[in-house]
Amino acid sequence: MPGTYIPSEYLPVAIIFLFAALIGLGALVAGLLVRPRRPYVQKLYPYESGNPPVGEPRYKFSVKFYIIAMLFVVFDVEAVFLYPWAVAYDKLGIFGFVEMMLFIFILLIGYIYVWKKGAFNWE
Amino acid sequence: MEMETTISLLDIRPLVPELTMICVGLIVILLDLIVRKKEVVAIVGIAGTLVALYGTYKLYGFYEPQSAFSGMFVLDGYSNFFKLIFYLNIILTICISFKYMAIEKASFGEYYALLMFATTGMMIMASAADLIVLYLGLELMALSTYILAGITRKRQRSNEAALKYFFLGAFSSAFLLYGISLTYGLTGTTNLREIASALQTLDLNGSPIMYLGLIFMIVAFGFKIALAPFHMWAPDVYEGAPTSITAFMSVGPKAAGFAVLGRVLFGAFAGMQVQWASILIPMAVLTMAVGSIIALAQTNIKRMLAYSSIAHAGYMLLGVITGTTGGLMSTVNYLAIYLFMNIGAFAIVIMLRREGFQGENIEDYMGLSKSHPLASALMLIFMFSLAGIPPTAGFIGKFYVFMEVIKAGYVYLAIIAVAFSAISAFFYLRVVMYIYMKDPKEEVVLTRSPSMSIALAVTAMMVLILGIFPSFLLNLVRYSILG
Amino acid sequence: MVPLSWYIILSAVVFSIGVIGFLTRRNLIMTFMSIELMLNSVNISFVAFSHYLQSMRGQIIVFFVIAVAAAETAIGLAIIIAYYKNNPTIKVDEINLLKG
Repeated sequence: MPGTYIPSEYLPVAIIFLFAALIGLGALVAGLLVRPRRPYVQKLYPYESGNPPVGEPRYKFSVKFYIIAMLFVVFDVEAVFLYPWAVAYDKLGIFGFVEMMLFIFILLIGYIYVWKKGAFNWE
Repeated sequence: MEMETTISLLDIRPLVPELTMICVGLIVILLDLIVRKKEVVAIVGIAGTLVALYGTYKLYGFYEPQSAFSGMFVLDGYSNFFKLIFYLNIILTICISFKYMAIEKASFGEYYALLMFATTGMMIMASAADLIVLYLGLELMALSTYILAGITRKRQRSNEAALKYFFLGAFSSAFLLYGISLTYGLTGTTNLREIASALQTLDLNGSPIMYLGLIFMIVAFGFKIALAPFHMWAPDVYEGAPTSITAFMSVGPKAAGFAVLGRVLFGAFAGMQVQWASILIPMAVLTMAVGSIIALAQTNIKRMLAYSSIAHAGYMLLGVITGTTGGLMSTVNYLAIYLFMNIGAFAIVIMLRREGFQGENIEDYMGLSKSHPLASALMLIFMFSLAGIPPTAGFIGKFYVFMEVIKAGYVYLAIIAVAFSAISAFFYLRVVMYIYMKDPKEEVVLTRSPSMSIALAVTAMMVLILGIFPSFLLNLVRYSILG
Repeated sequence: MVPLSWYIILSAVVFSIGVIGFLTRRNLIMTFMSIELMLNSVNISFVAFSHYLQSMRGQIIVFFVIAVAAAETAIGLAIIIAYYKNNPTIKVDEINLLKG
């Protein structure tokens, strides 16, 4: 039941969090108290390694990045099925091997499709 | 609960139809890269579906129950009958979309592959005896249908339809998962049969958490079937999607939704009939009301048919509510009839579409009988059938559902359903009135193709034959469900 | 050991945040992230139940959910981009071409 249980083994973690927060806040507060306040234009500029800032900080990426990212997400996550298969390889035997080859073959067809459709062409 | 099982190659035999569909879908994708003519791709798709149909018919005999993957996947008369609906659905859809997709300038080979994958998803749903398999089949169907709704990607309306369908569909599948997780947590299993026995042994039939999990699952299925109050997406998506896809998804996902609803409620939660009927009864009444009443105000025929399809979902749900095998049979029977009449009606809508003319307004049908008597007669048949006027099949479908509802003791539900059915006759007959009694505003040219003629002939014949000789279909349904 | 109910409450809270986000957010990408939140809250409860019941099934489901969610993300983004190409807005209120 919630309320009856106290997660005492997480106490060190809580102490670390507390100290981290205290140190960070303490530094900020100390700075605020000690430093002089004399703002002028150059000081308020965004810091870009000494160069004058150019344009908006946020800008649109080409839609091509999205396509690559989407393909990456799909193909990357499908690899998740390879791990349990590899662990249980001995038990699954030849059937598991054939099954996994079929799985990869289907992915391969998707890959060929994407390739032929020109999704990898940057131009 | 865990079983050490060795899986052998023989285990995948019940999956042969699904595997065929997947293989042919992959071949279609590869073929599309090589072949210029999209008709070839479409014919390969139809041929593949016919092979799968043969597999379903031949594999173990139609009614013999079989299971695979330690009982996660079953092959029985129930699932095979639904697969029959899905095969007919995809074949008729491909037939009516040949020319249409060319007019929409979206004749992609992927279109046919996605149709096949979506159909495979539905088949897996019909065969699912485990909530994991059910979820995977549902997602395979849903993800393919999202893309299909937006496949005419140059049209803003199609984009919007895909967007709405995607967001609400993803939202509903999260609900399904939450329901599955609660069920799993309480019963310790996801197998439908084991859930049923766990409900008995652990005495969970009255558990409020179990009830909550069941409600979540019903909400998710309600989204797929477009039951009120979860129907909001349907009119927008049906209107915006390409018409052939509207026809496809007004039958396929609905049938698949009913397949899993029947399987889950009758297979796993049979002991909680009182509880789920108490949720489904208000939903069914609301669904019939929303579908029949809002359809009266529509000027766009696709939107009108969308509301009509919502209303029909309400009638079908009545059969499930009874909780009896007879009720389930009447629902399944209704679904099979609905397949023919609905795709037929959408086929006529598609024929009005031509280069530079949408043909989606009901007013476009004014005086159609003067210039195109045959197409008008077919539309008349489909509208009569959707309205449930004898001697069409739609009457038989409604008649059996209402009879089973009365038999199960829900007389008031039958009365409500008949009342809404009478209201809905008004907007179907309005289309007929426009066709036969108004003068044509402008010359309507119909887009014809041989495959379209075949589809229209098959659907109209079936609507009439099943209306006059209903016993064939009824017997098939009875054998499928009773074994 | 953290008791099961804590995980279930966490999962329910995160799921509710996802639902509320889906219903109230007016930006497509935020709506999208709310759905992901809902799916992942379900994953928490599956893993917790799996550990509690000492059964592998829950973890297997999580695998499938992750894979399906990835496919869903790809398709959802593709649909959003296709929409955006024709109509440059991602505000939900402005998506209103289709209505009765």
